[in-house]
Amino acid sequence: MLLLLLGIVVLHVAALVLLLVSTIVSAWAVNPNSSSDLWTNCTSINNDYRCEPADTGVWIQAVQALMILSIIFSFLSLFLFFCQLFTLQKGGRFFLTGAFQIFASLFVMSGAIIYTVMNTEWVPETEFYGFSYILAWVAFPLALISGLIYVILRKRE
Amino acid sequence: MLSVLALTSVVLLGIASQTTAIVVYTSWERHALVGSDVRLSCSFFSWQWTSPDVTFSWHYRPDGARDSVAIFHYGGGAPYVDNKGPFRDRLEFVGNPSRRDGSILIKNVDFGDNGTFTCDAKNPPDIAGRPSSVRLLVFEKVPVQAGVITGAIIGVVLGLLILVVAIYYLMRFLVARRVFSLSMSKHGKKGKGKEGSQQKQASFGCDGSGQAEGGSIREEETGVSQREEIGIVEQRARAPEWGCLNPDPSPGRGSGVGEAGQGSYDH
Repeated sequence: MLLLLLGIVVLHVAALVLLLVSTIVSAWAVNPNSSSDLWTNCTSINNDYRCEPADTGVWIQAVQALMILSIIFSFLSLFLFFCQLFTLQKGGRFFLTGAFQIFASLFVMSGAIIYTVMNTEWVPETEFYGFSYILAWVAFPLALISGLIYVILRKRE
Repeated sequence: MLSVLALTSVVLLGIASQTTAIVVYTSWERHALVGSDVRLSCSFFSWQWTSPDVTFSWHYRPDGARDSVAIFHYGGGAPYVDNKGPFRDRLEFVGNPSRRDGSILIKNVDFGDNGTFTCDAKNPPDIAGRPSSVRLLVFEKVPVQAGVITGAIIGVVLGLLILVVAIYYLMRFLVARRVFSLSMSKHGKKGKGKEGSQQKQASFGCDGSGQAEGGSIREEETGVSQREEIGIVEQRARAPEWGCLNPDPSPGRGSGVGEAGQGSYDH
């Protein structure tokens, strides 16, 4: 029983860590000379490395907001899990925890989809996708599975 | 004693004036619309008094170029504006050197003016310092500020979440009060007994039938049959926290509890 609980918490925390890394590290689209992503666009011309904030564009800001919201909802879900663990009735289900985690995964999915569709506007064509982008896509099914597990889980004494 | 103090302060001032350099200040970045005028400000800090030989010089390096060209110089009390380079007839000196202000005004900016402007100020004898740069960005229309839309989306979603939670609690509270006071007027004590069995402290996630095992009934019944006093008793009873509320009692349980005791129900 304890092992199951530990496994579920580890899965949740793994999804949360992937979300954090994907949002914070600037590596959504890279090529040898430059990287452009959620927060900054850095280019190096003639050994001069300069970064500018990615402030133009409505869609990049929507992706930023969705990634941050997914992190917030995942944190809330973890917190609610521990709350419900101690206050739920016997036989009850962790609906609220699962709902928040599923929301988090939906936000990641929509953020990644918006980035994929709209990125021709702000990313030069010579760049290809970096690991932060891939981590975002990996975090989405992990969070979804974690949320579904919470929904079907029943509390036992 | 006083002479020692004076000597110390003079020595310190002398040391300070030799070890600090002139510090030049400009903005970090300037945004401008096509066709507008933009003022690039430059100021400096120096321990020396502002000398009459103070000089300001501005250089310009276009985006993507490697070298910079001189476009403005102020020295010997007079400004010298470039009349051969990219800014001929568009540059104007609007600073006040006696107030340590060496700002210039560029009129009618265009996309070709994107680049880095460097200001270098010298205040003899304080000449050791580092120039400071300001970057000019020219836009066709004003772009959305960084973070406005991000903050708006996050704020709206979190606000909706808080609103949903608040409405949920409000509805629960209102339904609890309304249902109780409605059935008071119709059923009297029996209704009170039925509602008493429903009043429980349950956690979220109970199933549809409203099992009351393990729940505690927090209501104290004082044996008074007046409606007003019962209303007060209902208000003192705590609303269930995450629980599920069943307005339809199962008749068997309700009547059983109602008939079992007319006295106090405290548990």
